[in-house]
Amino acid sequence: MKQLRPQQGLQIDGFTLGEKLHTGGFATIWAVTHPDHDLPMVMKVPTILDGYDGPTIVGFEVEQMIMPRLSGPHVPKVIATGDFDVMPYIVTELIDGGSFLPVFQRAPLPVSDMIEIAARMVTAVADLHRQHVIHLDLKPENFLQRKTGEMVMVDFGLSRHDQLPDLLAEEFTIPMGTYPYIAPEQYLRCRDDPRSDLFALGAMLYALATGRNPWGTPRTLRGVRKRLWRDPEPPRALRPEIPEWLQEIILRALAVDPMRRYQTAAQLAFDLSHPQQVTLTARALKQRRDGWLRVFDRWRVMRRIRRFTAPSSVAAQLASVPIIVVAVDLTPEGERLAAVLRRAVKRMLLIEPDARIACVNVIKTARIGLDQGTDDRGNNLHVVRLVQLKAWAEGIELPDHRLTYTVLEGPDPGQQIIDYARANQVDHILMGARGHSTTRRYLGSVSAQVVAEAQCSVTVIRAPEQQARDADRLPPASIAPPSGRTPAPEPPQNVS
Amino acid sequence: MRIAVLTDIHANREAFEAVLADIAGHGVDRIALLGDIVGYGADPEWCCDRAAELVAAGAICVRGNHDAAAAGSAEAMAPLAKRALDWTRGRLGPAQTAFLAERPMTADSEGMLFVHASASQPEAWSYITSDTRAAPSFRATTAWLILCGHVHVPLLASCDSGGVVRQQAFRTGLPIPLLPSRRWLAVVGSVGQPRDGVAQAAWALVDTGTRELSFRRTPYDTTGAARRIHEAGLPEELAVRLLVGR
Repeated sequence: MKQLRPQQGLQIDGFTLGEKLHTGGFATIWAVTHPDHDLPMVMKVPTILDGYDGPTIVGFEVEQMIMPRLSGPHVPKVIATGDFDVMPYIVTELIDGGSFLPVFQRAPLPVSDMIEIAARMVTAVADLHRQHVIHLDLKPENFLQRKTGEMVMVDFGLSRHDQLPDLLAEEFTIPMGTYPYIAPEQYLRCRDDPRSDLFALGAMLYALATGRNPWGTPRTLRGVRKRLWRDPEPPRALRPEIPEWLQEIILRALAVDPMRRYQTAAQLAFDLSHPQQVTLTARALKQRRDGWLRVFDRWRVMRRIRRFTAPSSVAAQLASVPIIVVAVDLTPEGERLAAVLRRAVKRMLLIEPDARIACVNVIKTARIGLDQGTDDRGNNLHVVRLVQLKAWAEGIELPDHRLTYTVLEGPDPGQQIIDYARANQVDHILMGARGHSTTRRYLGSVSAQVVAEAQCSVTVIRAPEQQARDADRLPPASIAPPSGRTPAPEPPQNVS
Repeated sequence: MRIAVLTDIHANREAFEAVLADIAGHGVDRIALLGDIVGYGADPEWCCDRAAELVAAGAICVRGNHDAAAAGSAEAMAPLAKRALDWTRGRLGPAQTAFLAERPMTADSEGMLFVHASASQPEAWSYITSDTRAAPSFRATTAWLILCGHVHVPLLASCDSGGVVRQQAFRTGLPIPLLPSRRWLAVVGSVGQPRDGVAQAAWALVDTGTRELSFRRTPYDTTGAARRIHEAGLPEELAVRLLVGR
């Protein structure tokens, strides 16, 4: 069949091409209409050179393969794809908020704006990774925004779907990506590591915070290679008002070895939303780039490196570092459960040694009227709970950077826990179920609500009855972890 | 249309039954058998009869080299295969032999080509084990999907618009989109004698509507099938290899 070229007014498969919206290196973007679809749409048509234009064709095949398999607010919805025999194209919804590039051109941004934008970008990437896709070409041009605020990623021509054949793997012998943002392992031609996207995010966060790229704008692969040993200027050296914790986050995302980076986008998002609890290392305080001797040492090692260890799959990588929320009940009634719950957490850490534990407690507030923010002795209730939460968590024996403490407030504790888990892309919630009282039977329990409505797995822990009766007879205990013999708890009830 | 593709059953009743039961739960419209109904295994009669029933109900069934040898001469076969075929020939009735002898070398449906070995020279029974070996098949047909067996190890290859043939890595059990911009060739692994180290029956599911193919595995009673081979007095290595899938 005859090949068609896109032009205004062209009709194909019921679509009519309108204005040309964008001309890129490899494709043109057109506004299109179709009698059966009344939403605003765009058509992307690859610019295929005469003859056999391998790279463009394969890139577009990859997009046609991956994009229809994606869903959710962070990717454009695909309406139709076109045949290569006539004219290859992909029609998607138009993303109404437009390009994100102007935001980058305004950088450096105020820290609060930057964090808010960063959180939206990271959330989008986390969503993509959950769908088994690594983007591998994240850059400002490839982020659009919806009017509702969600970031939308576009241009999946270099992407890798973990469960589908990788058409690009054997096609090219040079590293593929955009030089300022490409990760070291991607430079070494690894296309299997979701952490490559976290590196690109790190480079973009660096740019948003400082107004420049961490390694400038290299024009050659030799220039790209330098990032294997040369560290970027610390962001705080360029802009002292950047907080230490933000420098910590950015430089951690930019670590050369993927093992030393954030391991998942959810973990990066978690740190961005809990800045006070980011554990600061020497990175956070770094004032200048490393001296030539250290750089030389790294060069000696890195110039010989051929690859970093990649995870077995995207899903395996996400599963290996889960975020687990432990909802701790600090009321005297919940105390019976405290030790049992702590034991359940420790047991889970045996199976998930790299898990991050977020301890959460909810202060229940009245639906109407003002609440007293202080206890009878005038102590701030929020602070009191935080101290109690930390005391409870001491028994878990986990290093600080893997533990966080959050006290939430609201009239509906179950909903607070559910919302927190959703906002922080939590993988699993662990919580106790209190005993069986008549009130609970009629009013419903918090754990039942969380089990029913949370989007992640929930494990509910119950103290064995014997222990509950013992606890009834004992005077109210202190918050410190109880010592001595604890009867074995019943097997926890798992609800996924 | 959803098509279940089975090949190299090799008289393994346990595996054949398990796959047919599995297929029943997948809403399949048609079954295609890519040959080698008999040879190696202990149940040639049952497998022949079941295949004939499926064909009567509309299944595609092409001829494999073991089928041809069981119905004719096994002179060209390897010693182990020849011993099994000599035993098989003694078991088959005239109707079963006739069924095998009547199978066509290739079949086509909805632009797909079904063949036991290669599409370029079906009677040469050559093995497609790499992209280089897949290339002649793409040249021999314009089919958008070539489905073949014979190797007992699954393989997927694509041929792009420039004629470049590449082997594609895939994950078992997940649907693979067969892009319309390329032509595709799938070597479906063996139902009755898998040799890729997985002791489960291999088959494939093709959905022509979504243009997706999944390589699938079905566990079956390997011990039972091995015991039957042992009891039939067939060479012991034919029993042992079922347990390890080699």
